[in-house]
Amino acid sequence: MRASWSPDRQVNRRLAGRADARVPVGLVIPSVVGLGLLLLPLAGLVARVPWSRLGQILSSPAVLSALRLSLMTAAITTAVCVICGVPLAWLLARTELPGRSLLRGLVTVPLVLPPVIGGVALLVTFGRRGLLGEWLYETFGISLPFTTTAVVMAQSFVAMPFLVVAVEGALRTADRRFEDVAATLGASGWTTFRRVTLPAVAPGVLAGAVLSWARALGEFGATITFAGTFPGTTRTMPPAAYAAINSGDVQTAIVLSLLMIVVSVTVLVALRDRWVRSG
Amino acid sequence: MSLSANIAVARDGFRLDVALSVGAGEVVVLLGPNGAGKSTVLEVIAGLLRPTAGRLVCDEVVLFDTNAGVHLPPMDRQVGMVVQDYLLFPHMSALENVAFGLRARGVSRDAARAESASWLGRLGVAELARRRPNALSGGQAQRVALARALAVRPRILLLDEPLAALDAGTRPAVRSDLRRHLGGYEGSTLLVTHDPVEALVLADRIVVLENGSVVQQGPPVELAGRPRTDYVARVVGLNLLRGDATGRAARLIGGAPVVLPHGADGPVYMAFPPAAVTLSPSRPESSARNAWPGVVADLEQHGDLVRVTVDGAVPLLADVTPLAVAELSLQPGLPVWSSVKATEIEVYPA
Repeated sequence: MRASWSPDRQVNRRLAGRADARVPVGLVIPSVVGLGLLLLPLAGLVARVPWSRLGQILSSPAVLSALRLSLMTAAITTAVCVICGVPLAWLLARTELPGRSLLRGLVTVPLVLPPVIGGVALLVTFGRRGLLGEWLYETFGISLPFTTTAVVMAQSFVAMPFLVVAVEGALRTADRRFEDVAATLGASGWTTFRRVTLPAVAPGVLAGAVLSWARALGEFGATITFAGTFPGTTRTMPPAAYAAINSGDVQTAIVLSLLMIVVSVTVLVALRDRWVRSG
Repeated sequence: MSLSANIAVARDGFRLDVALSVGAGEVVVLLGPNGAGKSTVLEVIAGLLRPTAGRLVCDEVVLFDTNAGVHLPPMDRQVGMVVQDYLLFPHMSALENVAFGLRARGVSRDAARAESASWLGRLGVAELARRRPNALSGGQAQRVALARALAVRPRILLLDEPLAALDAGTRPAVRSDLRRHLGGYEGSTLLVTHDPVEALVLADRIVVLENGSVVQQGPPVELAGRPRTDYVARVVGLNLLRGDATGRAARLIGGAPVVLPHGADGPVYMAFPPAAVTLSPSRPESSARNAWPGVVADLEQHGDLVRVTVDGAVPLLADVTPLAVAELSLQPGLPVWSSVKATEIEVYPA
């Protein structure tokens, strides 16, 4: 079974190639419409890029600071998602926690929630008058809204469910008997998690981290509601593009959009090989 | 070192109730059909499954005792386990797999690697130390798995169908190697299998499990010669009859008479090989023979012979030559007489 992995794959690929020849017209037409909907806007964007002014706009302080802030916050958010999300996924997948299925449902709510609503929820909870925010402010003098920390919180709110869902799925399909073997060999729960479980679900963690990162990079609604759009501290690339288009600076908006596409595609392509092979 | 277990598990309409003991250095084989509860026994002993009731003691150490509320977790039981598909950690080399248990028990990295290398050497796979499990053959993976289990010096070694994943060509060699390695192990070995040959070759003692209960146990020779259930008779290839004996005659439950080779009294088992059965179209003359009428139910190739299933008051299997099949025109539905010499029958108290 193990040894015949790659030949199997080749057979599959060949079969898939043969099947292509028999795709019915009824499937081709909607596919083409769908592809057009997905790809035409991107093509339009690229067509309108002000290539002559590209260098100048790219090196403008507004664009550079948005880029730097986006990369930094998305990276921190991804780290937060992995550090908190992997253990959470483990709890959901491996323990008999009371109310576990309810918890699992609640964790995925941000996936379907409009991000703006997430921002409102964060604001009324962590705002200066908020449920926890008021206490934080009065006890420690900490005010979260409209800070870079708020950006990370907003991004984590919308991005973490992606990681939890991906890792929990990986944990559910991983063969638990490996963990049993580790236990009989004398491994503690922590050792088993670190040396057996985690390597087994590493592709799932990576996939979840990429999804979280992409989601964090594109985050707009929750960020703008909870963190605002202050240049240098909370104006990441999406709010910067939105601000540019609102102020009539279409060229800057286009360049920011192009920049986001390039950054996202670069990271996805760089990770794709590992991701596809193991996932 | 020795192990003594009383295990009861009840779940989803399945009941397992087993008492067994394994001496130091002894290899006990748990033999039974699929679904008999064999693997469940191993899981309970390893600590992966909580029994409904029972007690397990190994070398004076109580591993679980439901009355006393004791249940040691698997990591504290010093149990080595090898399963059918070996479950070698796929992201570690063979050496790292073997070193895993030692590292988990706090042995330093270098010491663990050195000791693991010596275990791989002892099992004859030293040169595979750096290979990943997906680059090992079934037999090699089995030895690495055995090395991994033995490296932590377990008090109990549990083997769950350790040869089932191998192809028929490599199985005999790996089986005899396994026998040799088990011979050198000082703890108690409990091996689960549904393969009678494996049981007969590897066991010091065989415990037969059917439907969650022990139905027979003893050394291989006793099992092979004196089966006590239809399942055991089938796996050791004997016909088994039950009846009441008075002197040199016995009567089966259905009333059919059997001539015995020697006198006996009370309930007895009577066993004889299918090859001792002769089939003929009419009643044979000799009085030293048992002869029962029946009907051919099935014919099946069995090595060089043909195994004939005969239904009737005395249902039995007969191994006859292809020539006999042709001469007698044997086919399902044909009435035949089955005869067996009394001296071919092994008689023992039920």
